[in-house]
Amino acid sequence: MAEPIQLTSDVLVIGGGPAACWAALAAREAGCSVVLVDKGYVGTSGATAPSNTGTWFATTKERRAKLIAERVKSSEGLADLRQMGRVIDTATQHLHVLAERGYRFPRDDEGALYIANLRGPDYMRFLRQLLVRAGVTVRDHHPALELLTAGEVVAGAAGFARQLGQNWEARAGAVVLATGGCAFGSRILGATGLTGDGQLMAAELGARLSGMEFSSQYGIVPLHSSVNKGLPYFWASFYRADGSAIEIPPGERFAVLARESLSGPLQARLDRATGAVPDALRRGQPNCFLPFERAGIDPFAQLFPIALRAEGTVRGTGGLKRADDACGVGIPGLFAAGDTLERQDIAGAATGGGGPNASWAIATGLWSGKGAAAFAQRLGPRAAERPVRPAGQVGLRPAADARALDPAEAVALVRAEMLPVERNFFRRAPTLNASLSRLDAAWATLRDHGQGEGATAFRLREAAALLASSRWAYRAAAARGETRGMHRRLDAPAGTPALAHRLTLAGIDQPVLSFDRPPQEAAAS
Amino acid sequence: MIEILSASRCTACNVCVKACPANVFEAVPGSVPVIARQADCQTCFLCEIYCPVDALFVAADPEHVTGITEDAVVAAGLFGGYARALGWKKGREGGADADPTHRLRQASLTAMPTGPRSPAP
Ligand SMILES: Cc1cc2nc3c(=O)[nH]c(=O)nc-3n(C[C@H](O)[C@H](O)[C@H](O)COP(=O)(O)OP(=O)(O)OC[C@H]3O[C@@H](n4cnc5c(N)ncnc54)[C@H](O)[C@@H]3O)c2cc1C
Ligand code: SF4
Ligand code: SF4
Repeated sequence: MAEPIQLTSDVLVIGGGPAACWAALAAREAGCSVVLVDKGYVGTSGATAPSNTGTWFATTKERRAKLIAERVKSSEGLADLRQMGRVIDTATQHLHVLAERGYRFPRDDEGALYIANLRGPDYMRFLRQLLVRAGVTVRDHHPALELLTAGEVVAGAAGFARQLGQNWEARAGAVVLATGGCAFGSRILGATGLTGDGQLMAAELGARLSGMEFSSQYGIVPLHSSVNKGLPYFWASFYRADGSAIEIPPGERFAVLARESLSGPLQARLDRATGAVPDALRRGQPNCFLPFERAGIDPFAQLFPIALRAEGTVRGTGGLKRADDACGVGIPGLFAAGDTLERQDIAGAATGGGGPNASWAIATGLWSGKGAAAFAQRLGPRAAERPVRPAGQVGLRPAADARALDPAEAVALVRAEMLPVERNFFRRAPTLNASLSRLDAAWATLRDHGQGEGATAFRLREAAALLASSRWAYRAAAARGETRGMHRRLDAPAGTPALAHRLTLAGIDQPVLSFDRPPQEAAAS
Repeated sequence: MIEILSASRCTACNVCVKACPANVFEAVPGSVPVIARQADCQTCFLCEIYCPVDALFVAADPEHVTGITEDAVVAAGLFGGYARALGWKKGREGGADADPTHRLRQASLTAMPTGPRSPAP
C-alpha cells in the first residue's frame, strides 16, 4: 500500500453530521485550522441528512420553562436542568445564525420564521457550504479507525481513505469525536455509518460511558422500508392483521405496539389526519411518503403493514460521558459532540428524538469545537511535531495470533441480539445474559485474532465498535434491575427510587459498572 | 435499496459516486458508474436528489432486491419523484422555504382525537 496521506491542523473533527459541522465551524471561528474527516459524504451522511429533524428552541422565557418542565417529567429523574437551559439557549441562538447566513427556513402563516424544523438534505448541504466558505478542509469517505496519542494526550487520528485505497494520518492539537450514535446494524434512515466508532476509540483511552441501558427505542416503519419517521403516526390508528383496532392509552403507543407485534403483524392507517394535515404531511415530510408512493398505497385511506425497528443509541440516550462544559471526555485533547455523547442531561431515560437531539448536536458541536480550539491554541503551532502512537486495539492489533475473520459474522450477531423486540424492547435477566455470553465470545475472538489492512481493517473496526456498544448496552440493562423510561424489565416492571441515578461504565473488555451515587447511600439519605 | 442506474439517462458525472454516504457506486473510466456494493445501500434516497438528470431509482425495501425494471419506473413516473416533492432540481437544493410543516404543529395543537402529550415539531 502507498504511504499514508498526511493531514495536519490545529483541530481535527471526526464525523460529518450536524455535530461535526458545528464543531468545525466553531473551531474555525476561534481562529484554528480545521480538518474534518467523514466516513461518508458531508451532506448526506449521518442520521439527520435523510430524515428531517424537529428542533428544541425557545424564543420566550415561558416556552423555555415549559420545555424544561416537560422533559424533567419524561426523563424520570435523570435530566440536568442547567444543561437543558444551556442547550436550548445555544441552539436557539444558532438556529437564528443559520437563518442569517442564508439557510432558507420557511415562514408560518403569520409570516414568522419557522425554525422548529430542519429539512435534512437541505440543512446538511447548507452546513457543507458553510464549512467550505469558512475554509475547513473536508475529507469525505475518510473513516477514522483509531486515535493517535502523544504521551497521555490525544494528538490525531488514523484511518482509511476508502475511495483512494490509501491510509491517512492526521495530526492535530485537539480532536473532536462526532461520529454519531450506534444503530446496532438496524436498517433505519442514515444508519449505515453509525456503528459507534467514536465511543470505541475514546473508551480505548479510558473514556467512560453512561446511559447505555437506554438503547431500546424503536421506531415505526412501513413494512419493508427504512423510513423510521415518527411524525405521520401522530395521526395514525393501528390495527391487527384481522382488521380489529388496537386501543392505545395515551403515552403507551410503543409499549402496546411492541406487545402486539409479538403476536402478529401490525397495520396502520393515517385516518386521524383531516383538513390541512394530509397535504401538509405530504409536502412537508415527503420522505415519509416514498415507501407509499413506490408501493401505490394511499396511507390516508388504506391500511398498510408496519413494523418496529430498533434505533439503537440514535434515538436512545447512551454514549460517552461528558466530563466538563466544553464537552471534554476526561482525556486531554479529546472532545465529543452530538450522539457520540450520552444525552441523559436533556432526555434522561426517554428518547431525545423530536427536537432535543438536534439541538444537542448544535450546542455540543459548538462547545466541543470551541473547547478543542482553546486546547490546541494552548499547545501552540508545534503540536503536530510531537511523536505519536496509535491507540487502536481490537480489530487492528490482535492479542494473540492473527486470523482471517469475517466482520460480517459479527455484524449479523449484533443484529440478531440487539434488534428483536423480544430481546431488546422487553428485557429480562436470562435473555440479556444469554445475549451477553454470545456477544462476549464474538468480542474475544475479534480481540484475540482480528487484524486486517485497508478496507478489511475498516470493517473489522466497525464490527468491534458494534460489539462494544452492544455489550455496554446489555451490561447496563442487566445492572439496572428496574423499569425506567425506555428501559423495560419484564422481571422488574416497576421503578425503584433508589436507582434514580445514572449508570456509568468504565472499560471495554471487562466493563466496571457503577451508579453515579450508590443506591444504598441514596436510600439511606 | 438502490436498484436502477439508467445508462440511457446518466451523463457519467460521477456525482452519485461522491455523494452516496455508503460508497455504493464505483466510477468506471470512460463510462457510467456501476452499483458495485448494493447490499451496503442504506435506502436513504439521497443519491436520487443529487443526480442532476434523475437517472437513479431507489426501491423502498432496504433488505431485499425487488427486481423492479427501468420500464416500470418510467411507466409509474417515479424517476425524480423525491426531488420533485422536495423542490430540488438538477441535483440542486430548493424548496426548504416552502415547507408547510408549521401547519402540522398547528393541527396537532387543536382537535387531536387521542391527545398526544406534546405538539408535533
Ligand atoms: C429517522 C430519524 C428522525 C429523527 N428525527 C429527529 C427529530 O425530529 N428531532 C431530533 O432532535 N432528532 C431527530 N433524530 C436524531 C438526530 O438525527 C440525531 O440526533 C443527529 O443526527 C445527531 O447528529 P450527530 O452529528 O451527532 O450524528 P449523525 O448525524 O448521525 O452523524 C454522524 C457522522 O459520523 C460519521 N462517522 C461515523 N463513524 C465515523 C468514523 N469512524 N470516521 C469518520 N466519520 C464517522 C458518519 O458518517 C456521520 O457523518 C432523528 C433520527 C432519525 C434516524
Ligand atoms: S449522478 Fe446521475 S448522471 Fe451522475 S453519474 Fe450518477 S447516475 Fe449518472
Ligand atoms: S439510497 Fe443512499 S445509500 Fe443507497 S445508493 Fe442511494 S445514496 Fe447510497
